[in-house]
Amino acid sequence: MTAITTTPPAGPSLPARVSPLDGVRQSLTLAWRTIVQVRHNPWELGDFSFQPIMFVLLFTFVFGGAIAGDWQSYLQFMLPGMITMNMLFVTMYVAQGLNTDLTKGVFDRLRSLPIARWAPLAGRIAADQVKQAWSIVLVLGVGLVLGFRIGTNPASLLAAVLLLLVFALAFSWVSVLVGVLARDPERVQIFGFTALFPVTFVSNVFVPAESMPGWLQAFVNVNPVSILSDACRALMLGDKTAGSPWHVASAGPPVIQSLLWAAVIVAIFAPLSVWALKRKI
Amino acid sequence: MDHAIWAEGLVKHFGETKALDGVDLSVRTGTVLGLLGPNGAGKTTTVRVLATLLRPDAGRASVNGYDVVADAHRVRQLIGLTGQYASVDETLTGTENLLLIGRLLGLSRPAARERARELLAQFELTDAASRAAKTYSGGMRRRLDLAASLVGRPPLLYLDEPTTGLDPRARAELWELIRRLVAGGTTVLLTTQYLDEADELADEIMVIDQGRVIAAGTPEDLKAKTGSQTLAVRPADRAHLPIVTSVVGELACAIPDVKGQLVTAQVTDPAVLPAVVRRLDDAGVVVSELALRTSSLNEVFLSLTGRPAEEADQSGSAATRQTEGSPA
Repeated sequence: MTAITTTPPAGPSLPARVSPLDGVRQSLTLAWRTIVQVRHNPWELGDFSFQPIMFVLLFTFVFGGAIAGDWQSYLQFMLPGMITMNMLFVTMYVAQGLNTDLTKGVFDRLRSLPIARWAPLAGRIAADQVKQAWSIVLVLGVGLVLGFRIGTNPASLLAAVLLLLVFALAFSWVSVLVGVLARDPERVQIFGFTALFPVTFVSNVFVPAESMPGWLQAFVNVNPVSILSDACRALMLGDKTAGSPWHVASAGPPVIQSLLWAAVIVAIFAPLSVWALKRKI
Repeated sequence: MDHAIWAEGLVKHFGETKALDGVDLSVRTGTVLGLLGPNGAGKTTTVRVLATLLRPDAGRASVNGYDVVADAHRVRQLIGLTGQYASVDETLTGTENLLLIGRLLGLSRPAARERARELLAQFELTDAASRAAKTYSGGMRRRLDLAASLVGRPPLLYLDEPTTGLDPRARAELWELIRRLVAGGTTVLLTTQYLDEADELADEIMVIDQGRVIAAGTPEDLKAKTGSQTLAVRPADRAHLPIVTSVVGELACAIPDVKGQLVTAQVTDPAVLPAVVRRLDDAGVVVSELALRTSSLNEVFLSLTGRPAEEADQSGSAATRQTEGSPA
């Protein structure tokens, strides 16, 4: 019998807490893990790559002509909204991953390690930002190939991408709550999408609000999905679409409103999620 | 330090249920404590408290002198945890899982890689190193779980039902690994539903039931107290049941348990078996079944509490997480 040796009990010099720098490093390690998971599960990569491409193609060529007269101009209007909608769907991977960790026991393993208490969550959300950046670039790239044209400048475009990422970061807290409350990963999908589909479709992503009945317009106009889509339109298209029902005169108001919405979402859902998580474990 | 783990009066409620009702325990450094009990007895709750995953409602516990609540981060630096609920990531490969933990524990990339390689070799998982953990067999999976809890070379190891659901061979392999760890100086807290497992591995056994410790001692103490073996006799003729019952009762020095035509009793001395054979032969009793076997947890329970261990045979593997609200 060969003994498996472990070192003798460590001395009295054990640190009492994790340094913030170590916490950041641990979060990045856990983000790396999430990215490795995608490499092992190409199905997931396909899910957040092919689905948005399919949506872009479907809406551009099937509905585009009927809604905007011709698909070329429809693509201009719809693409910024499509990127917004896809961003919201991608945040659900935080819920999915967190729920899997909770139900499979990985979360308990992580909590038994001497790492920062917030690292598992931060790692998930950081990895989600990488997925977000990837899918924004992807949808934008497909749009450009099909004929979408930026009407502003690279700085504005970058601002749009940053705004989307900031909003994604805020919305991740909703996703964390869904991940904690759902009983299993399948339910995350059902819960997430039954809530997200109506919210994203009842917006100005696919058609201008003016074509809808008044009571619906009231909702569509305050829906953060509409506001963020308008912000992206303004930052990506500028004055190129002047005169159309979709035209956003100035980027300022929708950008500010989007940031306000993001702040409200964090203020409500961050404490709620942390409370639910503490209750669950 | 004499005691690696020390706990006093641990109480934990889950809603209406009292999962722990004043558990005291201590584990001497370098020894193995076996926490024995049926599902729902409070074994897992105890481990979760001692592993800083759960805050006790009352009572105190310390690991190497550090309080599990106030000094949780220091305790986490001393322990390794393996259990049904503290699992590896099954989408990652064996190497990636160990690499992840090594990096989280602050090892450099090459050091984490080296440690992963070393552990995979020790646990005979080198061939499966680059396969996703979900493709592993039950035994391989437990070995990887165990390896994952050893990355940081913890002086203390918690093993929560390490062999539940494993086949006998995989079970024996895991026992061997645990013995090697103990030989290397690791202190182990083991929970199990199997008396033979506690008997095989533990220096000391605590029997836990309904959140309370109902018996404690060395395996020998416990066996002497409860009868380590069960004698079972079934007469071929029902008419001989009274004679068999009285013979078994007299030789086992205990009131036998009669179920249908089967007479059983806890015995401590294996010499009872030939004596029973002689006496029954003299009385002209023909038996259709005669056996001496290791007592099951149920029988130990029966002799300690006077009632059978509820659901002791129900192996609750994946169900534990779902019934999180109730004590597991």
